[in-house]
Amino acid sequence: MMYPKRETRSAKMARDNEEKSRAGDKYSILLPTYNERENLPIIIWLICQYLDKSGYNYEIIVIDDGSPDGTLDVAKQLQKIYGEEKIVLRPREKKLGLGTAYIHGMKHATGNFIVIMDADLSHHPKFIPEFIKLQQEGNYDLVSGTRYIGNGGVYGWDFKRKLVSRGANFLTQLLLRPGASDLTGSFRLYKKSVLENLVARCVSKGYVFQMEMIIRARQLNYSIGEVPITFVDRVYGESKLGGSEIIQFAKALLHLFATT
Amino acid sequence: MAFTKLMQWLLGLAAFSGLWATLVANAAQPHHFLHKHEFLVLALPIILIGLFGIYAVFIVLYRVFTFNNCEEAAEELNKQIQQARKDLSSKGFSFDKIK
Repeated sequence: MMYPKRETRSAKMARDNEEKSRAGDKYSILLPTYNERENLPIIIWLICQYLDKSGYNYEIIVIDDGSPDGTLDVAKQLQKIYGEEKIVLRPREKKLGLGTAYIHGMKHATGNFIVIMDADLSHHPKFIPEFIKLQQEGNYDLVSGTRYIGNGGVYGWDFKRKLVSRGANFLTQLLLRPGASDLTGSFRLYKKSVLENLVARCVSKGYVFQMEMIIRARQLNYSIGEVPITFVDRVYGESKLGGSEIIQFAKALLHLFATT
Repeated sequence: MAFTKLMQWLLGLAAFSGLWATLVANAAQPHHFLHKHEFLVLALPIILIGLFGIYAVFIVLYRVFTFNNCEEAAEELNKQIQQARKDLSSKGFSFDKIK
């Protein structure tokens, strides 16, 4: 009669330990910024709202690349409000690219998980707790936000923009079969060691960097979870999809097609 | 080292070419049952590419038209921006300084 009881107890201990290890998890949110003084206070306020409510341990690392608009001063004001534990400032002197921004941010990250997102409010922090929940359920190496499945979507895109986006996505899926539906999105949660490993292998610049990250992840057999996200593009008029971006994308696609 | 995607495609292409060459050779024989359809056999790669093209256009357009427009998400965000500005101001954050 004692045996089953003991087993239950040990099972309970295992569960407690698991909960403890989860309680030890910390999420470092990397926010690379360049001229985001209007958006930075809002995005930080939102992150704190949602993560304080969900009870996860977190820090926000602002990596400002010498914005001339005073983004760093805004960040300092916010640091006074939220504290130096929550808001960590790791500025750099000038614009040096996304990959090195992540490396720079990670060097100072105290979390065992890293969240990367854009600071321009196109990525809503309400999805971060969803990323975390999914990661815990499946012990995924990375969780990627996706605009292309389920309730995911975009706001502020016209027909042409959608057509280019869907067309490029179709072609990429056909040629690379990446095992993830949104390759160029940059709203993701990584295990820290996984992100370190991936960043070290990626050579692309700009937004195709995100595509290379997920392709390399597949190549290294990392597990990928996906959460549908809404992408609110509030930057009208300034299209990020010009001719040079399309050429950049095509080059990256062919490079990855031939090498992975 | 696993095959690259390029190698996989080339392998697939080679396999298909072999199969197609066999069909073409058979169709050229006067008494083979494929002889009646020789033109169809010859045009097979083009037909398949054409069909795939139609499929691709259909799928991409379908996905463009079913791409969610997140009106609610945009509204929610706009409301939250107002809330954030109010709340941050009450905590001593100065929006004027950054304007």
